[in-house]
Parts: sequence; structure tokens; C-alpha cells
Amino acid sequence: MNDDRLIAVVRRALESVAPELAGVAIEPSQTFRDQFEIDSMDFLNFIIALHQQTGLDIPEADYPQLTTLEGCLGYLRPRLASGGTA
Amino acid sequence: MPSLGADMDAGTLVEWRRHPGERVARGDIIAVVETQKGAIEIEVFQDGVIETIEVPVGQKVPVGTVLARIRGAEELAAAPTPPSRPLPTPGETPEIPPAVTAERARISPRARRRAESLGVDLAAIAGTGPGGAVSFEDVERAARARSPAADMRKAIAAAMSRSKREIPHYYLEASYDVSALLDWVAERNAGRAPPERLLAMAPLLKVVALALRQMPVLNGFWRDGAFLPSDEIHLGVAISLRGGGLVAPALHHPDRMDAEQLMRNLSDLVARARRGGLRSSELSDSTATVTSLGESIADTIFPVIYPPQVAIVGMGGIVQRAWVVDGRIEPRQVLRISLAADHRASNGIQGARFLEIMGRLLQEPGKL
Repeated sequence: MNDDRLIAVVRRALESVAPELAGVAIEPSQTFRDQFEIDSMDFLNFIIALHQQTGLDIPEADYPQLTTLEGCLGYLRPRLASGGTA
Repeated sequence: MPSLGADMDAGTLVEWRRHPGERVARGDIIAVVETQKGAIEIEVFQDGVIETIEVPVGQKVPVGTVLARIRGAEELAAAPTPPSRPLPTPGETPEIPPAVTAERARISPRARRRAESLGVDLAAIAGTGPGGAVSFEDVERAARARSPAADMRKAIAAAMSRSKREIPHYYLEASYDVSALLDWVAERNAGRAPPERLLAMAPLLKVVALALRQMPVLNGFWRDGAFLPSDEIHLGVAISLRGGGLVAPALHHPDRMDAEQLMRNLSDLVARARRGGLRSSELSDSTATVTSLGESIADTIFPVIYPPQVAIVGMGGIVQRAWVVDGRIEPRQVLRISLAADHRASNGIQGARFLEIMGRLLQEPGKL
């Protein structure tokens, strides 16, 4: 999956949590929490949405890698390179 | 019109979900009312058949106004009746007898339809038409000027000012090693897909609820100069809304639920708080409140009690700190929990006891 499609996956997950973020620019290296008032419930829902779109299990230990857009791309790229369900 | 919190004095009927002749059961949603806290679903408090609808869509009426009449099994009664433990009317707001209806604003049918479609409160518009009539343009202008965030800010201001004016708060705080609880959550979540995972907040709320059960002097209402304990526990959960709003709907009976059920209900409550769709009972029957800063640089919050409740529990961020265990210093996950309580209803020693009880519960997460 190329980066444009990965960004679309992350965006969809983020917008399912915070619909008002549609069309808003995401700063790649800043945490979602700092940019968009994402709390722990929002973050869990974001992980759930990523899980539902990609089929990845995303264990809790991996959460710290998924707090920024950059981090998400780095995490998803190798995992969705060949066999992702999205 | 039920009172959906100490700060509410009126509401606008925006939708009837049920109609005359229909049978309704306790807990059914029969109408939607627009308040400072957004659109709220109104539940009926008794079984029966709707006889008449007394307030048309679009009309703003004071708290206490009869919205509809329901013929119950035994008698004809006004409904929806207030919750089983109604909130007291704030001191500065006189009680409004149920038969009063708001005066209809003078308004053209076209302007009225426009107001209904935009959800504009007609009673709040100063008409500029002949004889003070509200014109189509007045409605449009009011819709542009309206700001839900400003309305909610006003509601928060009213409740918090009343609290600080009337309630003699005392504050206590304790630090807890919550490593065992976090380990338990992590272990439990390890084998589960994201939708089945718990947040630490679920068992934490259960701990608060169980501790309240053992310290009932913190669970209930200050009403008419006396403390009225509640047999049931409904925890108000402070939920911040993006854009600066704050609402604390009730999580019903958290003391009776396991962590899974509590998590599902909490998740649903937060979603509805943010998207709209809170129910009338959730805004009126909290018996105590919990507020949490989540991930935050602030260790502690000294919260303000939501009247007429008598206690609020505040949770800071969970941080790793040096902790003494069996004479050795170890890194542990530490959470500071504060209690603000109403000194008219309880004393510091009881508050301290409550914090002790929570400490014990937190060490045995498996028993939650």
C-alpha cells in the first residue's frame, strides 16, 4: 500500500473519532493528542478504527508508535506491504 | 419539562417521538428537548398511554411545565414526571407550577417554520416587526448569532458559581500505587482485539463506586438544608467536548457491573456526550461525580462539586514515580486521587476513610 493510501486509512480512523477534523491538515510529527484534544477514549477508538480497516491486531505495547501521523505510517507500511486486508 | 441539572431553567421541545394514543413504558424515549447541554432525549417515568401532548414542537417552556399527559394503569398523571429523586430547584430559581405554559411569541407562520427548521429559540428573540413581532429576518439573525459553546459555558458558569457560593468544600488527596491495576488491565487486554480492550478508567470508576457504597455520606444530595443519601450509585463522569464544552452525564449503577460492562457503558456514554443523544435521566440523577485529567502534566485536580451533589472525585495523570516498597525504592505507576466534599454533609475524617477504602480496592484489581 502506498503512503497516500496509508494516510487515507489514518485519516478515516481519525475522522471516525473526531468528524470535525475532516479536511484539517495533520502535522506529521506532532501527536494527535496535542493537535486535536484526543483523550484516552478517543485514542482507543482510533486504534479500533485502524484495526477494523486494516485487520491488524495492534497490541497495546505498540500504541506509543501510533501517536503521530509519521509514527502511524512507519508502523503500517511494513505490515500492510503485501497482505493487508485494506 | 424535567430539570436536567441544577443549572437548567427551561428547554425547547424539538421533537415528539411518540404520539397521543400510543402505549409507552418506563424508560421509553418520548421526546427530544434542546437545552444548554445540547439535544437531550427525554425518557418517560411511568407506564401508560399518551393522552395529550401539551407543548408543541418549537416552543420553549420552563422546567416544571407539563409536556404531555399519560394515562397510567391506575390514574391520570402528568408526565414525564421528574426523576425518582428530583434535583432541588436552585435557590434563586423559584419553583414553577406544572400548569404554566410559556407565552407564545408573536411570530409569522413563515418565521415560525424557519425557526423550527433552524432550531432557533423563539422565546429568546426580540422581534423587530410591527408590535414587536418576530420576523423571518429576526430568526435568521438569531440563528447566525447562536453559539452552542457559549450556551454551555453559561450553564457551567451558573452551576459552578452556585457551588462555590453555597457549598463549603473541603479537600483531601492521596497518592496510590496503581501498578497492580495497570498490570491487570494490560494482562487482560493482551489477548483481546482492540474493541474488547479496557481503559484503566473502567476499573477506576468501579473502585470509586464501591468505595461510595461503603461511605454513603458522600453519595447523595444536599437538599432543603439536609443531606439526603442515595440508595443507588450513579456516577457523573466529567467528559470534555472538543471546543471547550464539558458535560458530566451519569453512568448508572457502576457498582453492580463488571469491568467489561462498565467499559461498554462508559464508551457509549462518552460517544453520546460528544455526538448528542444523552438521555434525561443521565443528566439529572448523578449521585456523585468523577473528573479525570487523563494524560496530563497536572498531578492533581481540586474539583468543584456539582450541586446538589455532595462529593466529587478528581484523578490526575498516572505517572511513574519513586515509591518505597518494603524499605526499598522502586519505580511505580502512581495516581493521585483527590476528593472535594461538602462539609455540611460530611467531615474530613469520613473523606479520609473513603480514600483509604479506595486504596485497599486498588490493590486487588482481580476482585473488581
